[in-house]
Amino acid sequence: MKSIRIVFAVFVVLSLVVFFGCGDQQKVSELEKQVQELEKKLAEVKEAPAPAEEAPAPVGKTLESVRAKGEISVGVNEGLFGFSKPDEKGVWRGLDVDTARAVSVAVFGAPDKIKFVPLTAKTRFTALQSGEIDLLTRNATRTLSRETALGLNFAHANYYDGQGFLINKSLGVKSAKELDGATVCVLPGTTTELNAADYFRANGMTMKPVVIESTPELAKAFFAGRCDCLTSDASQLASTRSVAPKPDDYVILPEIISREPLGPAVRHGDDQWFDIVNFATMAMIEAEFLGITSQNVDEMLKSEDPVIQRFLGVSPGNGQALGLDEKWAYNIVKMVGNYGEVFERNVGVNTPLKLERGLNAQWTDGGLMYTPPFK
Amino acid sequence: MPQTEPPVPEADAPSKASFWYDPKVRAVFYQIGALAMVGMLAYYLMSNTMANLERQAIATGFEFLEKQASFEIGESLISYSAADSYAKALVVGALNTLLVAFIGVVLTIIMGTFLGIARLSSNWLVSKLAAIYIEVFQDIPVLLQLFFWYAFFYEMLPGPRQAINLFEGVFVCNRGLIFGIPAADPAYAYMAIAFLAGCIAVYLIRRWAHQRQDRTGQIFPLFRVAAAILIGLPAITWWLAGAPTAMNVPELKGFNFIGGVSVSPEFTALLLGLVLYTAAFVAEVVRAGIQSVSKGQTEAAMSIGLKPGQVLNLVILPQALRVIIPPLTSQMLNLTKNSSLAVAIGYPDFVSVAGTTINQTGQAIEGVALIMAVYLIFSLSTSAFMNWYNKKMKLVER
Repeated sequence: MKSIRIVFAVFVVLSLVVFFGCGDQQKVSELEKQVQELEKKLAEVKEAPAPAEEAPAPVGKTLESVRAKGEISVGVNEGLFGFSKPDEKGVWRGLDVDTARAVSVAVFGAPDKIKFVPLTAKTRFTALQSGEIDLLTRNATRTLSRETALGLNFAHANYYDGQGFLINKSLGVKSAKELDGATVCVLPGTTTELNAADYFRANGMTMKPVVIESTPELAKAFFAGRCDCLTSDASQLASTRSVAPKPDDYVILPEIISREPLGPAVRHGDDQWFDIVNFATMAMIEAEFLGITSQNVDEMLKSEDPVIQRFLGVSPGNGQALGLDEKWAYNIVKMVGNYGEVFERNVGVNTPLKLERGLNAQWTDGGLMYTPPFK
Repeated sequence: MPQTEPPVPEADAPSKASFWYDPKVRAVFYQIGALAMVGMLAYYLMSNTMANLERQAIATGFEFLEKQASFEIGESLISYSAADSYAKALVVGALNTLLVAFIGVVLTIIMGTFLGIARLSSNWLVSKLAAIYIEVFQDIPVLLQLFFWYAFFYEMLPGPRQAINLFEGVFVCNRGLIFGIPAADPAYAYMAIAFLAGCIAVYLIRRWAHQRQDRTGQIFPLFRVAAAILIGLPAITWWLAGAPTAMNVPELKGFNFIGGVSVSPEFTALLLGLVLYTAAFVAEVVRAGIQSVSKGQTEAAMSIGLKPGQVLNLVILPQALRVIIPPLTSQMLNLTKNSSLAVAIGYPDFVSVAGTTINQTGQAIEGVALIMAVYLIFSLSTSAFMNWYNKKMKLVER
């Protein structure tokens, strides 16, 4: 930071010399002296190891910078019903949004200290890498290349998804294996294109993709019959189907052709921030496992169970370890709810998405939601 | 001993100004200063970006180009499959952009010229219709026009199973316009060679005809002879090669038509949107060019006995083109750049393919650099060609 300022100062002085100093030799030599001094300073600054507080932006310091800002910048989907979408009052709602709210509660004790940054599939990782956002909860799939080459860390999944095909019933197709030669509508900028191409190749079939950038435009083209089928994550297909002119005309084929563990992501290099995001996400799952809901959480404070006491911060330790208030988990359950509540509220069978818990049930119910002990 | 002249006291000489009063020195100094600033800024940006990428452990470089692309592309001029490399996928995208830009530019110039002439027509209705067209299409954003045409195609046309069969082997449906082409045969390669040979022959004949006209004043019926050669030579070759007539006719199989050639609704919508939009601007350019030639020129040309066609070709156009070409170049560049709006309606142009590449590899900086480089190359070569043409068309000053 300091070196930039000095470089700038040298520029300014130089330009002053150029523009005004031409007539007066004395002034010139004076200014030249100044320039030399500044250059000397610059050299010193460059040689000296950068002091810690001057280190480039937020890496390793996300929690502090977030607390200083008073809000968390969170990247979300621009509009995916059930996951992140502003409601008619402009309040963001959805499973991903609630995950972000859990982090906000853990850090600030309030669910609304968030600046939502709607991002396209293309821009989301760049926004996180560049430090424009502190947290990405935008139905992003955890993959090896994203965790390595892209420099991201994914926390515990908040939704286990898989790619499927949505198709008009009138075509009479019962299985994705019958899709040879089909025209497939694909949303770009995701692993979706790759998965679809892989699936068709692996099964010796051909496809013709139609790749349209915006989700609503793609859905319109699909509903008008431009493509035979639409491929995306099953949750997104359910979301798209719910806005179809006639939702009952469409069916999701049984084949799920990919594993898509969707979860919140942070930048490499700040383990503390990663821990907070990870455990805030898992706290909702743990709460459901322990039978704690937003309704009964106050009664649970009196529980004799040491596991629950530790979780809710009645017996302290967890909060300090994370650098948070001891009530962090209690606040998450109280203000956001446990995972089951969040799921049913946003995407469950009583919502237009009508999604079953399936893989997203607790491990005790045959799902994949399994958290390490909170101790 | 000759007495040496005492040196002239400096005060007597015309006082020499300090070097910083010399405008030449100053100019050089300013330029070096400006260059240094730009250079340092560029260096700062580069090193800062590199340092940031390194800090975030993001891989850099163009190695990804050789990796398998693993995604399909809807339409391609060359054979491409998901097993090919990213580099090849990007070439497919670049060719798609070139295709739509090239056909678009040709159609735009033809349509714009007609509109520009119609705008100047003495027929009240024709001129007003042209004026309305120009105003309407200039004023609607091209992206909206693209959405309109795309929606028009997929909403209006039936699915492939109910395709409209225009006539034998030609189908229209929401998958596009599908028509039969002659099945592959070596005869067609020979025909292409014959056509090229015809072009060379026409060029030589034209030169000879001009020389003869200069010498003797006789006019050679160049147009008719050229048409006969260009059509006749390939036709004779086709007949000599055994007159193949087998056709590759599209057939409905499963979901879609197999065989023949199909023109997708995305391509058609993009082409239509770009051409209709840009033609409105070109029409105004053409009108301005024609109006820049004073009426006296026409009258003078007629008075020496030139026919109307010759008046246009030999007098009006050479002068009008001078005015038309520079703004026309910028319209052509606009059309090429606007073709990147293809991503909105699903045509796999360069930006679309590069976008997918960026997303799959995460190499955003390299990808965007490639996009910029490709458009820069397209634009620079278009304007280089147009500048050459402009120079050629300039009035020869004597």
